[in-house]
Amino acid sequence: MIRVQFEDFDVAAEVARLRAGNPKIGAVASFIGLVRDVNDGSRISSMTLEHYPGMTEKAVAAIVDEARGRWAIIDATVIHRIGALKPMDQIVLVVVAGAHRGDAFAACEFIMDYLKTRAPFWKKEATGGGERWVDARAGDEHAADRWKGPKA
Amino acid sequence: MNKPTVKILYFARLREELGCGSEDVGLDSGEGNVGALAKRLVSRGGSWQALALDRNVRVAVNQEMADARTSLKAGDEVAFFPPVTGG
Repeated sequence: MIRVQFEDFDVAAEVARLRAGNPKIGAVASFIGLVRDVNDGSRISSMTLEHYPGMTEKAVAAIVDEARGRWAIIDATVIHRIGALKPMDQIVLVVVAGAHRGDAFAACEFIMDYLKTRAPFWKKEATGGGERWVDARAGDEHAADRWKGPKA
Repeated sequence: MNKPTVKILYFARLREELGCGSEDVGLDSGEGNVGALAKRLVSRGGSWQALALDRNVRVAVNQEMADARTSLKAGDEVAFFPPVTGG
């Protein structure tokens, strides 16, 4: 399941929903992304997340499909928030269910690395010095590049 | 004869710097791909030069990542945006 929403999410409820009624699931791996209070040396008072409606959902679905092709996973949930957020708010949730932990961990990390470099979201931070668009990080590209080539 | 028209969308920093979120543009003959369209938009000068494809800009056609060689046809949705920063 993929959702892009303004509302917060409940991690426990999403994990419960993903694994409900499926005794083949032996492992659930999850990642939660949060708004930090300081970025690039500036205190962040709030943040606004913009996206490209339509393309976002397709891009995330393609990432999850690729993860399904690479690892033996049973199901996945990706929730990404948009709109106004403040420090400590939850931004993104990735939950992957599988029979065993290895595939669940790897697929969860892969989905997150690809989401950061391929899904059309943009962050704008409000700092004491005004608003600024967040620049893409080379480190995120490098993290995604690790998954290229033969199956990791 | 009417020119084939594409819808162009601009996002995030680009949308703000251009002061434009979307526009419909008629393609001239010889503007059959993203590279040619970007070149014409860049020729508007000023902030539009940020759309030069050798700059830090990404392009999608019909919501799939594209590049200068991606061909265009009437009714296509073309989006220009900065490198993504979600997650």
